[in-house]
Order: sequence, then structure tokens, then C-alpha cells
Amino acid sequence: MNQRIRQFRYGLKDGVPIGLGYLAVSFSFGIMARKAGVSTLAAVIMSLTNLTSAGQFAALGIIEAGAPFVEMAAAQLIINLRYCLMSCSLSQKLEKGMPFLHRFMVSYGVTDEIFGVSVCREGSLSPFYTYGLICVAVPGWTFGTFLGAVSGDLLPARLLSALGVALYGMFLAVVIPPARESRILAGIILVSMGASFVFSVVPLLKDISSGFRIIILTVLIAGVAASLFPVKEEKG
Amino acid sequence: MERNVYLYILVMAGVTYLIRMLPLTLIRKEIKNPWVRSFLYYVPYVTLSVMIFPAILTATASIWSGAAALVVGSILAYCKKSLFQVSIVSCAVVFCMEWILPV
Repeated sequence: MNQRIRQFRYGLKDGVPIGLGYLAVSFSFGIMARKAGVSTLAAVIMSLTNLTSAGQFAALGIIEAGAPFVEMAAAQLIINLRYCLMSCSLSQKLEKGMPFLHRFMVSYGVTDEIFGVSVCREGSLSPFYTYGLICVAVPGWTFGTFLGAVSGDLLPARLLSALGVALYGMFLAVVIPPARESRILAGIILVSMGASFVFSVVPLLKDISSGFRIIILTVLIAGVAASLFPVKEEKG
Repeated sequence: MERNVYLYILVMAGVTYLIRMLPLTLIRKEIKNPWVRSFLYYVPYVTLSVMIFPAILTATASIWSGAAALVVGSILAYCKKSLFQVSIVSCAVVFCMEWILPV
């Protein structure tokens, strides 16, 4: 029992920077949600139940366009497919006999940041550590969404414009650092941006919704990259 | 419209949770197939890159402030600054750019 509380406390402490980061980013998500015609309550519920920046961000465009539910499901599947790999990796970190209840609850908190911090723990991962992270990160994400959604109208236009890039800044910080060590990754990032640009200006391609643009390009580029540059086995 | 929004949320929450939950509960062995491993490894980079560009150029009041945020954010990210720092400084760059330039 004592051990569990200690792990939980470590998690709470390590979760603070994650929670603060989420607060800032979800603030701009809240603003964007209102702009897309999503109510404050819906935006908050979306943040609480999804806990995924890229997925929620893409969802706004899909909801705004009134696209079919299938498109929403497919977009979330592709955009959030990385969580599948993270969950696979996390499953190796949990103790063998871990009860399913813990597995179900840890699953809820698999985000880039919570995964990243959890998986770096020495030895096997205590689910209580991850619960500590979740207990700071989720309120940050949800409350930030609420603040953005309700105060978006009150903020001056120039400040709103500035907050509009918060999410992109976070994406850059996720994507670019690993590209330092890998020319392949750097190339893939540039090709992806280039292809996305082409899809946004060329007639016909331009008419494809943003959700499907993401799906098509991700499957295509990641698929080709996996065939041409298979990833060598990592250290473990 | 409003009811539709909650259905959308239900769909996305369900899909997203299943993606996270199924591997953690069902797959107890490591994925061995190199192509699948490689594909999953590349997915986030492609997805996020496609979402960043060119959307960042139209996220602000002017193309130039968005472009400046992209450049500065990229440089900071390259210097391995934290998510929080890159995000906040990108916002600050847009704010300053639009203060100086008439929008």
C-alpha cells in the first residue's frame, strides 16, 4: 500500500510540467472549438473523453464539415494509431500478472507525453505512477479547454491570433527533435509537409476534406517509408 | 447539430480508447513484423507534419506571422526545448510580428 502511494506521488510530481503544457495547448483548442461551432460543454467533454491533441484538433474540421461518422472514425484511427504502438510498448513494461482493471485504466492515459514519461521509468511500471501523471495531466487538459472556450470571446483578437499557433508549436516540438538524429525522419517530415501543401493547392485534391487528406497521406507516406526504410531493432 | 456533436464525440472517444486499450489487454507478445513496426513508428511523424503545414500559415491573422512561428518554433524544437517552451514562444512570435506589421 505504502509503495502504491509513493508511486502515485512520484507520478503527481512528474505530471506537473505535462499538466502545464496541456493547459496552454488545450486553451487554444478551446478557442478553436468555439470557432468551429462546438459548444463549451461539448469541447470540455471531448477533451475529458479523448485526451488527444492531434485527434481532437482534426475532429473540429470534421465536425465543422458535417462529415460522415465513418470519416471521423477512420481519421481518429489513423491519427491515433501511434497510441497502438505505445500501448504495445507499455504492455511490456507492466508486470505479467497485472489485473485487467489496471490495464483498462492505464489505457485511458496513453498520450505521447504520459507514455513518454511512463516508459522511461526504471524496471517494471507501477500503474499508480501513471495514475499520478493522469491526475495532473487530465485536469490540465480539460480545464484549459474550458478556459479557452469561455474566455475566447473576451480576449483581444491579436492575442487569439497568437494562441492559434500553440498547438502547432507543440507538434513541432514532438516531431523535430528525433529528426536531428535521423536523416530519414527529417526527409519524411519534409516530404509530408510538401505533399500536404500540394493537396491544399492542386485542384481536385484541394476538395478532399482535411480528415481524409491526413488519412491518405499518412497511409501512403508511412507505408512507403516502412517499405523503403524498415526501422532497425531498437535497444530494447 | 448539437446532438450530432455528441455522437461525433462518442465515435471518436470509442475509437481512440479501443486503440489504446486493445494492445494493452490483448497483445501480450511483442509485435515482430518489421514492416508493421516501421509503419507504426513513422505514423506520428507523417500525421503531425501533414497537420502542421500548410495549416500553420492560415492559423493566424497573417501568413507572415504564421511563417515566423513555424521558423522560430522549428529552431527551438531542433534545440530540444520543451513542448511548453516551443509552444509559448511560437505564440509570442506571432504576437510580436502582428504588433509590428499592420495586419
